[in-house]
Amino acid sequence: FCLTPPQVNSILKANEYSFKVPEFDGKNVSSVLGFDSNQLPANAPIEDRRSAATCLQTRGMLLGVFDGHAGCACAQAVSERLFYYIAVSLLPHETLLEIENAVESGRALLPILQWHKHPNDYFSKEASKLYFNSLRTYWQELIDLNSGETTDVKEALINAFKRLDNDISLEAQVGNPNSFLNYLVLRVAFSGATACVAHVDGVDLHVANTGDSRAMLGVQEEDGSWSAVNLSYDHNAQNEHEVERVKMEHPKSEEKSLVKQDRLLGLLMPFRAFGDVKFKWSIELQKRVVEAGPDQLNDNEYTKFIPPNYHTPPYLTAEPEVVHHKLRPQDKFLVLATDGLWETMHRQDVARIVGEYLTRVHRQQPIAVGGYKVTLGQMHGLLTERKARISSVFEDQNAATHLIRHAVGNNEFGTVDHERLSKMLSLPEELARMYRDDITIIVVQFNSHVIGACQNEE
Amino acid sequence: AAGMFLRLLSDVRWRAADPKWRRMTCSRRSTSSTAEPHPVSLPAQAQVVICGGGIMGTSVAYHLSKMGWKDIVLLEQGRLAAGTTRFCAGIVSTARHLSIELKMADYSNKLYQQLEQETGVKTGYVKTGSISLAQTQDRLISLKRIASSLNVMGIPCEMITPKQVAQFHPLINIHDLVGAMYVPEDALVSSASVSLALATAASRNGVQIHERTSVSHVSVQNGCVTGVETDRGQIQCQYFVNCAGQWAYELGHSGKEPVNIPLHACEHFYLLTHPLKEPLASNLPTIVDPDGRIYIRNWQGGILSGGFEKNPKPLFTEGRNQLEIQNLREDWDHFEPLLSALLRRMPDLEALQIMQLVNCPESFTPDMRCIMGELPTVLGYFVLAGMNSAGISYGGGAGKYLAEWMVNGYPSENVWPLDLKRFGTLQSSRTFLRHRVMEVMPLMYDLKVPRWDFQTGRQLRTSPLYDRLDAQGARWMEKHGFERVKYFVPPGKDLLDLDQRKTFYKPDWFDIVGSEVKCCKEAVCVIDMSSFTKFEISSTGDQALESLQYLFSNDLDVPVGHVVHTGMLNEKGGYENDCSIARLSKCSFFMISPTDQQVHCWAWLKNRLPNDGSLTMEDVTWKYTALNLIGPRAVDVLSELSYAPVTPEHFPSLFCKDMSVGYANGIRVMSITHTGEPGFMLYIPIEYALHVYNEVMNMGQKYGIRNAGYYALRSLRIEKFFAFWGQDLDAFTTPMECGREFQVKLEKGMQFVGQEALLEQKQNGVYKRFTMFILEDHDTDVDLWPWWGEPIFRNGRYVGKTTSSAYSYTLGRHICLGFVQHFDEKTGEELVVTTDFINQGKYEIDISGQRFQAKAKLYPFSSFFTHRRRKDEVELSGYQRE
Repeated sequence: FCLTPPQVNSILKANEYSFKVPEFDGKNVSSVLGFDSNQLPANAPIEDRRSAATCLQTRGMLLGVFDGHAGCACAQAVSERLFYYIAVSLLPHETLLEIENAVESGRALLPILQWHKHPNDYFSKEASKLYFNSLRTYWQELIDLNSGETTDVKEALINAFKRLDNDISLEAQVGNPNSFLNYLVLRVAFSGATACVAHVDGVDLHVANTGDSRAMLGVQEEDGSWSAVNLSYDHNAQNEHEVERVKMEHPKSEEKSLVKQDRLLGLLMPFRAFGDVKFKWSIELQKRVVEAGPDQLNDNEYTKFIPPNYHTPPYLTAEPEVVHHKLRPQDKFLVLATDGLWETMHRQDVARIVGEYLTRVHRQQPIAVGGYKVTLGQMHGLLTERKARISSVFEDQNAATHLIRHAVGNNEFGTVDHERLSKMLSLPEELARMYRDDITIIVVQFNSHVIGACQNEE
Repeated sequence: AAGMFLRLLSDVRWRAADPKWRRMTCSRRSTSSTAEPHPVSLPAQAQVVICGGGIMGTSVAYHLSKMGWKDIVLLEQGRLAAGTTRFCAGIVSTARHLSIELKMADYSNKLYQQLEQETGVKTGYVKTGSISLAQTQDRLISLKRIASSLNVMGIPCEMITPKQVAQFHPLINIHDLVGAMYVPEDALVSSASVSLALATAASRNGVQIHERTSVSHVSVQNGCVTGVETDRGQIQCQYFVNCAGQWAYELGHSGKEPVNIPLHACEHFYLLTHPLKEPLASNLPTIVDPDGRIYIRNWQGGILSGGFEKNPKPLFTEGRNQLEIQNLREDWDHFEPLLSALLRRMPDLEALQIMQLVNCPESFTPDMRCIMGELPTVLGYFVLAGMNSAGISYGGGAGKYLAEWMVNGYPSENVWPLDLKRFGTLQSSRTFLRHRVMEVMPLMYDLKVPRWDFQTGRQLRTSPLYDRLDAQGARWMEKHGFERVKYFVPPGKDLLDLDQRKTFYKPDWFDIVGSEVKCCKEAVCVIDMSSFTKFEISSTGDQALESLQYLFSNDLDVPVGHVVHTGMLNEKGGYENDCSIARLSKCSFFMISPTDQQVHCWAWLKNRLPNDGSLTMEDVTWKYTALNLIGPRAVDVLSELSYAPVTPEHFPSLFCKDMSVGYANGIRVMSITHTGEPGFMLYIPIEYALHVYNEVMNMGQKYGIRNAGYYALRSLRIEKFFAFWGQDLDAFTTPMECGREFQVKLEKGMQFVGQEALLEQKQNGVYKRFTMFILEDHDTDVDLWPWWGEPIFRNGRYVGKTTSSAYSYTLGRHICLGFVQHFDEKTGEELVVTTDFINQGKYEIDISGQRFQAKAKLYPFSSFFTHRRRKDEVELSGYQRE
């Protein structure tokens, strides 16, 4: 049994989405040309989420990937809400006032974000009012706080992450009279999600990361080759600093039980995450909320289960690590992806594959015979192989799809093997998760002309 | 690699042989290109300055000096034969589709063959022969067509089987072949050496050659060449010849008033290998595998193989001047399909070692034919360029024809297909050229099928009705940039897609055109014919009439409102143009010519009409939309729309009236249809076009009106034996030869151009005769269709070629038009062709090697024009065989 190439393509392309920043007067003044994104599920339903939006009241574009665990509820909520929190954090005082006044007097609200969504990327209608109220409370506090200082992006990102996680926690503690919503906020709080979010404004690129998704910059060297620069640090057991941090936050007595089998408390892979109140709340609070909660929650073994060696919560935080990077003309693209990609591919390969895809050339040196002894047959073999590699580039219209094709279908020689690809994609639902994880990728392409011009101005 | 090329192509031995120009310019012992002083200064004046020292420039110099012109200067910006000529693959091939190209190649071959003897310069000429392979039946048909042409030209050529191919060439894989064409006389040369040999001979004849001298621009005064400006000073001259190859376009644009020479360069690749273990013989035939898009010739014991890929790489679009073509980059990935084709054709070459992949730009033109002739706007400015990679094959012949053109005023053959004046400014957009040459280059090896239309550079000139017609299923072709309707696909009917439409047999539109023809015969059709060239010529006094009477053979001193069909003849009585002229008033005339006459006719008249301001001529082509109302019911439609009597009694044939049609006033209506059918041409100011078209279609409904296209028109005109200029008529055809004596008024009371020649013909008879052939044993459904250019045989002997053909739906037979000559059986001398000679022969037409019997007819033309049919008569009689 083997899928035909068109069948493979229809699976790979089902969730692909592309956005091109519109041009005005034939010019695109944004440092972002556009982005391609795609998802390939392994879980059913998929637990990854993605978001992309343009900030309308400030400059800049937001892009993020979210990897959920213990269900998709938390990732879904974060994908809907986080960008609003960030956007609000970035807003100047006057704009916040204006918005608040508009809400107060029932006038039309200034739009804050313009979303760039795939039709499958849904927003929960039922919870929108609840989410809005929490957000409003946040900006009201910001108005009251009015520091008068200009907003620092790094600080805004950190505040937004922490505030949203706090709201998720609070909403679950308070509960909701609407039983559907009540169950929803609990599911959100008891599941978890990592987040890797990029904010691009001119040459300023900020990446805020919580968890083990990753942001990587694709750089084209002077000789045309591609290299990768990490713009985030994984928050997991492989990161010594992170292990160190966790240990610092808890008494020495817990040192041994904190990280077991490369997992937090022997349970959780990412060391930072949204939700996951089981690693944040005190045992009493957890018990109280679960008991007061609906039956479904009580029947769930996972929610009732208290992690072992649970002495000094919280063990988990949603606070992101923020990396700032000044974009240069040689920075051609940014890849945001969940760990499903990074488990299968080295970032150097990712940089090369995307780079070659975007420039539509294989930066293999053009062949020159020079003084070498080459026969027609040898040359023919070489050219045929090069042609085969190039043709796989042109199959995809979307850089993220192209990357997924390689991630899933690559053989040991680094070329896409159709048979392998077909097998991996036709795995039954229950087996799929054993061979691969959900993969979510956003590839942002930068506008080197604009970046070069910005640099010169500075 | 550069060293290799020195060895290969610029052989030092014959450099030292003598040439005078060596001494005139710098002596160069080394190849260093640092500027050395030029010992001999440029002359202050010359009769002719030729720019370009490649095969074209040297060939023109050679032939001009042979014809007795001595005061010639040839300027080369780098070194002689250092451009495309140096890189040329050196294949002299006579297998050409167009008969004028075939003649040029044949002449070149014969010239090169004796050149070494004539000049003492080694040319590397080897008669290897060539074999063109066919992988498909269609290709075989195409080759057979060429074989027929070659044979009647006296060029040896035979069709051979794959097995025979294997006997000619040891390496060829023949398992996928269906046949081949063998041309034993084809040859190989070193093209740079040929060019240098021509230069040597020209130099001995007195031509001054200056290398490292570049022309910056050409000076023009009052529409005439006065001199050239070079980086080494000025030369005054009467004639300038632009042989700058791929720089010809840029040179044309360097002057104050840019002139347009539409060509564009593309990269062209070929492969050189080391010798085989057992080196290939130097007389091994050249292999052309058009289905594999490659050619393969022997080269120094190894092979040279290149081709014309499907995805060419145009270059120098933005223009870039450079002295010599630097070694452009090799692009192996681009060459991959051609290499695959090569190894498929000759699998044993796998082990052969590569020497180099050569990248050499070639220039291509918008219609795959070269560019030759005098500029329409500048007298004395000649061009020879755009060889579409066949420079070495055409070099000799093209140089000869251009030299004849300059010396005698016109070449000895009809070169209209190559004439620069077939192009206008519209083909000179760089974007157009870039896109078009990308289509043209692959076409070199594509199947040449009848009625091929270019797909690029379209929708440039359109009628205001374009969208309306397109929405009604129009399928389009292009003439001189103008979109014209071929036919209308009825709703719900799908035709084959583009690739499948390539056929030598009955095309898929057969029934569609048939029904359009039927409607023209029985009811009424409307054809948008806006592309025709339209001039208005007027004066305050009699100057217009007098001038036109001199330039046209028919009598134009007719009452106002009459339309006259007349030829615009040259001194030899040949047709420079064939047109219809309406006398609008005593002193103004409206002239309608074929679409592609826009530049040629304008230049011809401009150079001959008085330019003292007494007479004005205006090109009004764009001002009018022309609708042709064809059919017996046209009269009803028009009379209902105009409330004027338009029956033959009131509006007989060949009249012109300004009328109102619908709300629109001032529509110029002529009772001609260009087909011999009853009907009217409506010349409509463009802003009324849509209105008039709508009115005509609405009113016509009750008479069964429908749209029709040019294919229907062609069928109608050919079955009525109407000759078209550019297809049947050319500068070498006189009215006497095509039965149009009645359009010549030898006694009109004043002299006119061509009169003497016609008088002589009238007395002595003609040497060729336009004849109509009706194919007898030809099955339209299963046999190959005639096209044009098919040889005509009379009693088994070749007597001429067809010029056009069409299926006559009325007769249910194919009709070919063509010229019959009479060659003396023993001497081959041309004899007078009499009516008896025509009528007493048994004729056959050769379509791709297969001969079909044909009946010859010489119709009396006049009967069609003087018909004044009455409406009821037409309805009753229908079409009558005559």
